[in-house]
Amino acid sequence: MTKDSNSMKLNYDVDSNDFTRAGEASSNIKKILKQLGVASKVIRKVSIATYEAEMNIAIHSYGGKINVEITPKEVQIVVKDNGPGIKDVNLAMKEGYSTATERIRELGFGAGMGLPNIKRCADVFELKSEEGKGTKVFIKIFLNKNT
Amino acid sequence: MDKYFHSVVLDKNNCNGCTNCMRRCPTEAIRIRDKKAMIIEERCIDCGECIKVCPYHAQNVLTDDLDKLNHFKFNIAIPSVTMHGQFTQSTNMNRIFQGIKKLGFDYIYDEGIAADIVTYIIKEKIKENDLPKPIISSLCPAVVRLIQLNFPSLLDNIIKVESPMEVAARLAKEKVIKEYNLSPKEVGVFYLTPCPAKVTSTVRPVGLKHSYVDGVISIKKVYGDIVRNEKTITTEEEFEMGSPLGRGWARVGGQSHALGLNNYVAVDGIENVIKVLEEIELGKLDNIDYFEGLACFGGCVGGPLNVENPFIAKSRVRKLSEGDKALELKDKDIAMDMYKKGVLTLTKKIEPKSVMKLDSDIKKAMNMVEEIKKINKKLPGLDCGSCGAPNCYALAEDIVNGFAKIENCIFRLNDEK
Repeated sequence: MTKDSNSMKLNYDVDSNDFTRAGEASSNIKKILKQLGVASKVIRKVSIATYEAEMNIAIHSYGGKINVEITPKEVQIVVKDNGPGIKDVNLAMKEGYSTATERIRELGFGAGMGLPNIKRCADVFELKSEEGKGTKVFIKIFLNKNT
Repeated sequence: MDKYFHSVVLDKNNCNGCTNCMRRCPTEAIRIRDKKAMIIEERCIDCGECIKVCPYHAQNVLTDDLDKLNHFKFNIAIPSVTMHGQFTQSTNMNRIFQGIKKLGFDYIYDEGIAADIVTYIIKEKIKENDLPKPIISSLCPAVVRLIQLNFPSLLDNIIKVESPMEVAARLAKEKVIKEYNLSPKEVGVFYLTPCPAKVTSTVRPVGLKHSYVDGVISIKKVYGDIVRNEKTITTEEEFEMGSPLGRGWARVGGQSHALGLNNYVAVDGIENVIKVLEEIELGKLDNIDYFEGLACFGGCVGGPLNVENPFIAKSRVRKLSEGDKALELKDKDIAMDMYKKGVLTLTKKIEPKSVMKLDSDIKKAMNMVEEIKKINKKLPGLDCGSCGAPNCYALAEDIVNGFAKIENCIFRLNDEK
């Protein structure tokens, strides 16, 4: 018999401009949360948050990582990219604001809802960004919050 | 009755254990054991994909025989709207309906009439604007069951209006009881179906306490008889039929067309429906009013129990319903009244089904997921299906759940030698 583990880690690399694979992390996490029997509303929040994070890395960054840790209490998601960093964080958090290029918009992305959507899904949300270095988003979603 | 009734059943004599159905099943509900396919009951949504792809015709649909008409004094036939796509454009549908009647029925009620009523009710519901967007059509029972199984967070989006089949059954039964002075038990309502999922819906309905349909007859089974009967008609009868728009429900996009909607997404084919439901779950279609998802290609005209090629039937139905303005329902008030009384609505909550859950203790479940991942890494990743599971990951899940052994993988064994 294996002994009980108290957490589970999932790590994903996301490449810049890779729209063929972006979305895979989110659907993989979704599948695992279903197997863990997590409530469907919570799963939906986690998958929207990770999906938007993946898209953000693919659209805006030079590539990055998504690290997920699941415990019986919560899901922690750390999104880290290699730059270029966000110039004006307050503006980036505003719904409808986007710095996405024309090409990205033609693909149907860049509506300026990415970060606001992540924030809406998160119970805890922290964003740190340094121009020239990169952006780090830390979020927590509780499994047993009565919503 | 069985906990799980399924209309889709396997004929073991015809099954040779090939992997066609297993690999195409959208809910991974099929495994091959001892060279025969078997269906995992709690996962099956009766979409009928396996019936369509089986080269040996080993997957069947349980339907009723015409003998069942003997159980009732008075029998009603409800031909599916897809019936209107099964015959050439020049065919007089009155003669076809008369041919159906000659199978032994006393009364015919076109499903299209009920589709008109349901159209009107849904229109009103959309106007009320109190449902989460997009509103999801409840027409396709396979899609409703798919949402229960894999997209439970979207259950609230499903419109709680009954399907035209159920509405037709209730109205037809009520009508003949009054008109012919019968008791409810004397009347049998039979649906002529293109669809295995509808059969299941009459035995184990979703969102309904019980179905008003007493029997279901496969269109395929009686098609020849209908055509032969039609040839012997001497005095023609006339039948009431649904509007062209109501009959248009038989094809994908037909509902939205009848509803006069512009801002809708209509998708056919169960794999495509799954992809779009994923998008809806991600919140990407929140600005869409109505989502029509149908398991079969072309919509209900693609149902496996039809006779005509789905694309030809779809084209006919489209021509039939194209260009018509939204219809004015004669008995609008009656329809709304019935809706308010709850006659046209679902009578039971649609509950989620969590068949994916590995264990009710999340810590145990986490260990099991780790175990699955570990085993999956040892497997060759060919997804060949030779082990009897649809892909390597599914085999790893089966092993951890105790339904299979790693030795089932023939490639892994070869490697170890």
